[in-house]
Parts: sequence; C-alpha cells; structure tokens
Amino acid sequence: MAEVLPDGWEAVIGMEVHVQLATRSKMFCACPADYLAAAPNSNVCEVCLGLPGVLPVVNRRAVELGVRTALALGCEVARFTRFDRKNYFYPDLPKGYQISQYELPIGRGGRLGVGAGVVRITRVHLEEDTGKLLHAGDDLQTARESLVDLNRAGVPLMEIVSEPDIHSADGAREYAEALRELLRAIGASEADMEKGQLRAEANVSVRRRGEQRLGVKTELKNINSFRFLQRAVESEIRRQVAVLESGGRVVQETRGWSESLQCTVPQRTKEYADDYRYFPEPDLPPLELDAAWVEQLRAGLPELPADRRRRLRECYGLSEFDAAQLSDPARAALFEAAVAAGASARAVANWIVQSDARLPPQHLAELVDLVERGVINREQGMQVLSEASTHGLSPAEVVRRRGLGQVSDAGALARLVDEVLAENPRAVADYRAGKQQALGALLGELRKRSGGRANMQMARDVMLDRLG
Amino acid sequence: MGAFLRLTEDLARAQAAEADRRLAAGDGGPLTGIPVAIKDVLCVEGVETTAGSRILAGFRPPYDATAVARLRQAGAVFVGMTNCDEFAMGSSTENSGYQLTRNPHDPGRVPGGSSGGSAAAVAAGEVVAALGTDTGGSIRQPAALCGVVGVKPTYGRVSRYGLIAFASSLDQVGPFARGVRDAAIVLQAIAGFDPKDATSADRPVDLLAELEAGVEGLRLGVPHQYVEVQGMEPGVKAAVDRALLELEGAGAELVEVSLPHTDYGLAAYYIIAPAECSSNLARYDSVRFGYRAEDADTLLDTYLRTRRQGFGPEVRRRIMLGTYALSAGYYDAYYLKAQKVRTLIADDFARAFQRCDAIVSATSPTVAFPIGSRTQDPLAMYLCDVLTLGANLAGLPGVSVPCGTSQGLPVGLQVLAPQWADAMALRVARAYEVVRGG
Repeated sequence: MAEVLPDGWEAVIGMEVHVQLATRSKMFCACPADYLAAAPNSNVCEVCLGLPGVLPVVNRRAVELGVRTALALGCEVARFTRFDRKNYFYPDLPKGYQISQYELPIGRGGRLGVGAGVVRITRVHLEEDTGKLLHAGDDLQTARESLVDLNRAGVPLMEIVSEPDIHSADGAREYAEALRELLRAIGASEADMEKGQLRAEANVSVRRRGEQRLGVKTELKNINSFRFLQRAVESEIRRQVAVLESGGRVVQETRGWSESLQCTVPQRTKEYADDYRYFPEPDLPPLELDAAWVEQLRAGLPELPADRRRRLRECYGLSEFDAAQLSDPARAALFEAAVAAGASARAVANWIVQSDARLPPQHLAELVDLVERGVINREQGMQVLSEASTHGLSPAEVVRRRGLGQVSDAGALARLVDEVLAENPRAVADYRAGKQQALGALLGELRKRSGGRANMQMARDVMLDRLG
Repeated sequence: MGAFLRLTEDLARAQAAEADRRLAAGDGGPLTGIPVAIKDVLCVEGVETTAGSRILAGFRPPYDATAVARLRQAGAVFVGMTNCDEFAMGSSTENSGYQLTRNPHDPGRVPGGSSGGSAAAVAAGEVVAALGTDTGGSIRQPAALCGVVGVKPTYGRVSRYGLIAFASSLDQVGPFARGVRDAAIVLQAIAGFDPKDATSADRPVDLLAELEAGVEGLRLGVPHQYVEVQGMEPGVKAAVDRALLELEGAGAELVEVSLPHTDYGLAAYYIIAPAECSSNLARYDSVRFGYRAEDADTLLDTYLRTRRQGFGPEVRRRIMLGTYALSAGYYDAYYLKAQKVRTLIADDFARAFQRCDAIVSATSPTVAFPIGSRTQDPLAMYLCDVLTLGANLAGLPGVSVPCGTSQGLPVGLQVLAPQWADAMALRVARAYEVVRGG
C-alpha cells in the first residue's frame, strides 16, 4: 500500500468519528436503539419524535460507555459534564436541535496508538443521532418528495475527535481501524461501518513541507468502509496538491467519495461557519461524575488491544504481525490457553492466524503436537482441524477414526518391510529357523521406523508374504 | 368571560361518574370529583392542546402531562382547557391566538397572564381550582389581577413533563384556587419527583402540616427595591402596606431586606427566556404535527411560511430576540451575561433569606388594566412581571394571595420563600388569609 505523496508536500489529516453506542435503548428515551429492522417510523415515542412538552432523560449506560471510551483513550474524564443544544432546522431533526456536548465534553486530551505512532485525541462527547431522509430525487433541495424516517432519531452516538496528527491515507485508515478495535474490545460499540455504527469523517489539508501554517481543509463525509476511507483520503490529497500546484486554491467544503468516479466530489460548500447557537441544555441538569464510579469503570476495563499486542510480543516472542492478528479478545484467549496447555507459541499462533483455528484450547494444543511430532503432516492437520471443529472431536480421535496417522499404502509398506528385513538379517534367519518371536521383533522395528503410523495389520501381511 | 378555549364535557361527565363511584365506595381523596380547569399548555391525552397557538391547532397529545396525570389519578374532573397567551408569552392573555379573556371583576379589563384563563375561571367560580404555569409571573400576576390565590412552586417541585415548554429553566406548573388551603391541596397532589423530568427533585413534599401555623415569630422581609419599583400604583402600595401591618399585628416581625440587582432582573429575564424559547419552539416546523402552510414550494419556504403564519407577533418577536442573543459573537455579551445576572439575583435572595423567613411584596405594581391598553407597547407589558420574575430566575416558590382592592379591583400580596420552602410561602399566605377573616 505504498502511497506516493507528491514531492515536497505534506498531508495533514484530523479525524472525526461518530460511533453508535452499544446500548439497549436510545439516548434520551426508552425506545430500542436497534432501529435497523423496524418498519419506518415504528421505533419511536413522543420523546424521540420531539412532540410538544416532552423531556429527555439521559441513558446511564451511554454515559458509562462514554466514560469507558474516554478512559481507554487515556482522556481526562470530566468531573463535571453537561449537554448542550445544537440548533438547526432540518426535517430529520425532530426538535430543531440536537442534544450534544459542546463546552464540557465527557473526555478530553487522550491518545490512540496507531501503527508505530500515536494520534492525539482532542475530545470524546455524547450526542443523539438524527432520523433519515429518503428523497424522490437527488437531494432535499430538488426532490419532488422527501420521506422522513425517525427510527434512528435519538440513538446514542459518541463523537471522537482527533488532532490533525495523521499524514497519509493509510494512516487515516489505520486510525479508524485501531479505533474500531478499541471500541469493540471495551464493548462500547459494535462499530460496524456498513451498518453505520462507525462513521468516519476526515478533515484533509495539504501544505508544502516545512510550512507551519495549515492549508485550507476539506471535510470528507459519507464514507462507509475503511477501503473507501483510504481511497477517498488518498484521492483528496492528490486533488488538493494538483489544485495548488496549478495555482488554484482549495475551497473549504464538504466532499463525499464517489465509488463510480473513484474520486471525491463536492457536497456542500462551507464558506462561512454555521452558527448552531449552542447553549446549555436546560432540560438536563449537569452531570457530576462520581470519582469512585469512574475509578470503578477504569478498573473494569479489559486489556486494551495495544497493551495485549505488546504483551504477546514480549511474553511469547510473536512477530508484530502475529501479535496484531491475535489482539482480538477471543483469539488472544484461545492462543494463551493453548500455549498454557503445552503447545509451542509460534505454532499455535500460526494455526490461529493462518488457518483461523477455532477449537477448544486443549484440542488446539493436541493438534499442534500431532503435527509437530510428525504424526500427521500439516495438510492432514488442516483436515483434522476442520473435522475436529465440525464434529467437536479431539484431533487425536479424528486421526484414529480416519486412520490418518497410519501408513496404509501397500507400496510404502512394502518398502518399509524390505528395509527392515534387509537391516535385520539375524532376525530373518531366526524366523526362518522357526523362531516365531523373531516376527514380533521385526514388526516392532517396523512400527518404530514408521513413527507408529504403519497400518500394522497390512504390514504383517506384507512381511509374512516376503518371509515366505 | 372567555376563560375556556374548549370544554371537555364528555371527559368531565365520565370523570364525574367515576368520582361518584369512588366516593360511594369510600375510596375518594380530597380532589375526587372536584372540577378543575387545565391551562392549554399542559398536555391532556386525546384532548386538543394548543398552547394558545394557531400553530398547534388540532394537536391532540397521545400523553398526559405528569401534573395532569396526577390530578386525573386523584379523581379530579376536567372541565376544559383554559385560554392563555400564546406559548405562555404575555401578561394579559391578549396574545392568545384564539380569543380574549375578560377579568371577572371588570369585563373591560384583562385577567392578567399568561394563565389568564385559569385565573378567570377560578375567579368566576367556573371551577374550584385550575392549573397554570409560571415562567416570569404567569400564575401569580393573573391570580393577583383576578383576586384569587396562585402558587408558583420551587423550580423542580412539579414535573414539567408534558408542559409545552416556553423557557425550560424558568417554567413551573402550579395551581389556582380561591383559598390558600385549596391551592395547597392541589399542589400537594401534583408535586414530587417524576422520572420523566430530570429537573424534578426527589424530595419529600409536605405542604399541609404547617399550613395553619401562623406567622407569630416569623420574620418577613420587605425589599425596598420592590416597594419603589417603577410604575407602582399608590393604591396597590397602600393595600400592600395595610397587609404588612396586619401581618405584623398577627405576630410577624417585619425586617427590611435588600435585593440590589432587582433592576437587572427584567433585562436578564428577557434574554434568557427568549433564548430558550427560540430553541424550544424550533420543533414547530410542520414536519410531524401542527399547522403547515400549504402554499410553500421549498423546504425553507415551508419553514418560513408555516412559522410566519402559525405564530403570533409576540412569539415571533421573542424567537427573534432569543436567536439573536444566542448567535455567535453575541452569546457572551447577552446570554452569558444574563446568566451571570441570574446568579447575582439568586445570591441576593439567598442573602436576604438569611435575615427573614419569607419576603412579602405586591405581586403586580398595578391592578388589572384595560383591554388593549398595553398591546402596542411590549416594554410596558414586560414591566408587569417586574416583581414576579425574580423568583423564576432564582427558582424560588411564590404565592399570590388577595389583599384587598385598589380602584375596586383586586390587589395581590406576593409571598416568596427560600428554595424548597414552598410550605413556608403557603403558611404565610394562609396566615394572612386568616387575619383577613378567611
């Protein structure tokens, strides 16, 4: 993924990521937060519809997940936080304002390890989602008709804003992926981009290397996969450099990614700052976060992906790549248990990373051992893995039932028999002289030589045949 | 009188029948079967509730306001929805989008406002009690002008759920009745914590135990700023002075207190209330409910025409004031400054209450004024609230109780008490009633 930044230019990228919190109910009412399956405008109540006289009540779980995220990102968690109203008119915004956090966000000043570097986190705040519009036409302004679905209105969102510490399209993608991994690890969000549970917006500008001032930025929105994010940022960097190199100027605007055109396209010019007339939400008293509660949440955080990767590298000697592949909590747990059951760390890592092994740890350890000892080869190991996981059998049992470990090939057995007979002339002579025990010794030798895998029934027949 | 915008006859009959059953079964409470009126800003399930505005014509909420639900639970009989200034913005009920309400003491005069319909209905004996809302004086001022008792509880005492918001940090629901005891009984029924309102307080409410305890030994503060207020009519001042002497005669000690930031209250109020209203009223966009202009071509046009046609001039004025006060570049100079003044005013009261148990003054500097006499001068209208809005800015409880007449029209005595001391305000008001032979 080598991306070439045109010579002498530097890209400066900050990210704004909206995440749907993994709560059961909406941010300020009891409606289910899972809105995707519901028929339009069925997942609503008077509160999220913004009917006259209704009041919001904060979802405690959403606050908890916000605090967990702020802690996991190393933010300073606010002792005193509050909600504000962001005022604007739009048909998908029932109250005419969005309840968000402006001056006193729940978390400030964190950091997220991305690849080898660190991206500073500006703030983490909570807010509510809007509804959705469906236009009979291209957009709201020109549509003949627009339909409003408010099922999503009021779903809890968290916005995570980064400092402009990212300098490449790959970096933007890695940041979003690292964030997703972290959010999943702490249970804050399922963070599925295609379901809209993670929406990444990149603020992109470019400047000549050495320049201190930031260039004019564009905001890339409506990107629904990591791949598109990477491509959109890359394309936007190139576009801005081309504009500037040809003597033009970058216009501050919102742009989207067009998959068909493979470039970013303007969505909305933003020549002046919107005036959202923020003011403290009078319907919600400020939240004083109890220090003991915050500490309890901190203590309850699971091992974070970056910490786990470091530990896997340091304690088990894994490569950066394997450690990254194992940082998923389920995989990491399987890895560690299988190693604890006596298998070699590198071999276990290989089985999990390359073959996506999903077995009980004991079984995985057994499988690794069978292959390591040469009882079965790696190819057979794959087959054993598949059958063991499908039927819930132990790998040894699969090997036995299938006779996989046994050499049953007549030609191979004949070669083995010939070798054993040639190397043990005295035993052969003894047998021919009528000493029946000598046959046992010869078969024992054959078994040893085959690594215990020879099909002894067949081997005996072949040997008797040869001894004539 | 024009007190009611609409009567709820079927509902009232059904509730009355149910009340009869409960009473016959010996299962009634103090409000069972009592006819009450509801200000048109409190949602009543299935009953058209419009906040006195054309923009909500035909809106039938699918839920009860919590205060309404609690009265329903107590067995009260809902007679109808009372007229008010549109979205409770006004002091004469002349800003109603529907009709005028007349003062039962003189049909040529206003009943006060914004809860003028509720005050007039109680004064005229059309109901025993009524619910109103008070954002800057909208219960106490019409109570004074109509000669009835009106109570504005401590902010957070009564749930605001289902109260069609004007200014969220100032609005409170409260009762009207002809006597303090009746008002206290209604307030007791509707007060208390509501999980649906995050600003409602989880505190015990006992308004009746000390109601008859009198004023003997109590210190009553008299703020000279409230006596010398602009536009105070001599007749009103004389009636209030008489009342103070009567309270002193009943054993109260009158102490002079000072509320030095009083002069800034009106300005701060008319920043904060419009700012909140500009946001609260954004939801009337015709997308989901309410009036929609039919002649619009674009979305923007729909918003503009709907709101221009649906809202009256005072509401539009306040939305514009509030939008301006919250705008980037003006926020610090107006909204933030007003919030600081609000803190100073609350501090004034806190300091005053170190020296007294309650503060007494006139409720309104004037008696009921002739219909139409102030409609062309918004500032003159705003001055109606000068003695009442301090309690809203500070979140304090206040009661207006009738204290005689001036020019043959009722004068109200206002009793303010510290936060959560609603029972104290009621006790002093009740003591005054007793002194007057009530």
